[in-house]
Amino acid sequence: MSEVLDSYPQLLRGAWVTVQLTVCGAALALVLALLFGLAGASRHAWVRGLNRVYVEFFRGTATLVLLYWFFYALPLVGVRIDSTMVAAVLALGLNVGAYGAEVVRGSLKAVPAAQYEATVALNFSPYQRMRRVVLPQGFALMLPPFGNLLIELMKGTAIVYTVGLADLARVSKDVQGSTGETVAVFSVIPVLYFVIAQVLLLFVRYAERRVDRMLGRRPSRGPSLGTIAAGAPGTEAAG
Amino acid sequence: MEWDWQYSSDVLPDLLRGLRYTLTATLLGYVIAVTLGLVWALLRRTPNVVVAQAVRWATEFIRCTPLIPQLFFVYYVLPAWGLTIGSLTAGIITLGVHYSTYTAEVYRAGIADVPRGQWEAATALNLPRSRVWLDVILPQAVRRVIPTLGNYLIAMFKDSPLLLVINVTELLNTAYREGAESLRFLEPITMVGLLFVLISVPASIFVRRLEKRYAAH
Repeated sequence: MSEVLDSYPQLLRGAWVTVQLTVCGAALALVLALLFGLAGASRHAWVRGLNRVYVEFFRGTATLVLLYWFFYALPLVGVRIDSTMVAAVLALGLNVGAYGAEVVRGSLKAVPAAQYEATVALNFSPYQRMRRVVLPQGFALMLPPFGNLLIELMKGTAIVYTVGLADLARVSKDVQGSTGETVAVFSVIPVLYFVIAQVLLLFVRYAERRVDRMLGRRPSRGPSLGTIAAGAPGTEAAG
Repeated sequence: MEWDWQYSSDVLPDLLRGLRYTLTATLLGYVIAVTLGLVWALLRRTPNVVVAQAVRWATEFIRCTPLIPQLFFVYYVLPAWGLTIGSLTAGIITLGVHYSTYTAEVYRAGIADVPRGQWEAATALNLPRSRVWLDVILPQAVRRVIPTLGNYLIAMFKDSPLLLVINVTELLNTAYREGAESLRFLEPITMVGLLFVLISVPASIFVRRLEKRYAAH
């Protein structure tokens, strides 16, 4: 056990890679989710079609298969992604972004129709309507499922182990190889992941409270069947 | 690099053999997930606070940690405690237990969703505890969660390639091995991607149908 604890610089470096991947992947996923989620709520059928293609395709493939494809197959057709980190962030961001887009679309749809009608009555432009009325209220609905997706993303980062990036999972294998402390290493690593997840959840809870306060609402209660279904991989966001 | 059709058709039978392992792991893992999840959900409702809280934190822990370290734990640590299992078995167990923590939340929400009147009616009729659960609450709760549970089958299917970290020769691993042998990765890995889409997109359309059929609200 002490040998494992002695290799803490290595473990910390691995944890840092995991955190970096999570943050970058989440940033990309958020942008994609908003972009394609708004597209999904569009009036034009072809814009909605764009959303469907993106969502169905990237929800349909496994992240690991996507990563392998970026890493092994793409260079052979001439597209070279130089850094493993970038390939991993792309694979994770594209995949989680597809789930996020469904959450955004569902949340926008779940904003009461009266709000929409009020903006029409007040002669808001479509941009003002989205920016001032629909999006802020939709955002409060998006946050809990986004929290689930963030944890999914963090867990997803472990796939980079297979392409040799020195994240927490890879480091665990290395430390196990060098110290031979199989039981200790493989017991400590999940705990480290758990700590990272709980810290991320703290941020999400804080954001949820902020948004609820901003809208003058009480903090939401425990998860309903709807929010669980919305966070579930492969689901329609429940409205 | 050109797409080689001859090579693609040569590797296809091997890929389909890999697919069989993928499907075996997914389906058997799903059986574990669906049954164990219900056990967790029911244990969390026991009046015994210690048991309920222990189950709560254990499932929270498993849900918040990635599958890969868990696979390492089951595959490398359990043998150190004298429990040796094959890689496919280890994969199935890990996948099943991991997803059981998700299905537990689903069942929990489903049970909470059963109207209070049903409980009160059962009490008024003085039904024994086992009949309340088996004949009143669970049939209604499970019906509500069938579509959501279906989604987890698809999710598990898509997580099954991770089993390659403990050397299960599932679909992606087979493709990788083929590619490493011939140094042509483009065809096998693209085909794996297509196979995944080909299976999971119709499956998710099917689940959406279920959703419409079993919609409780």
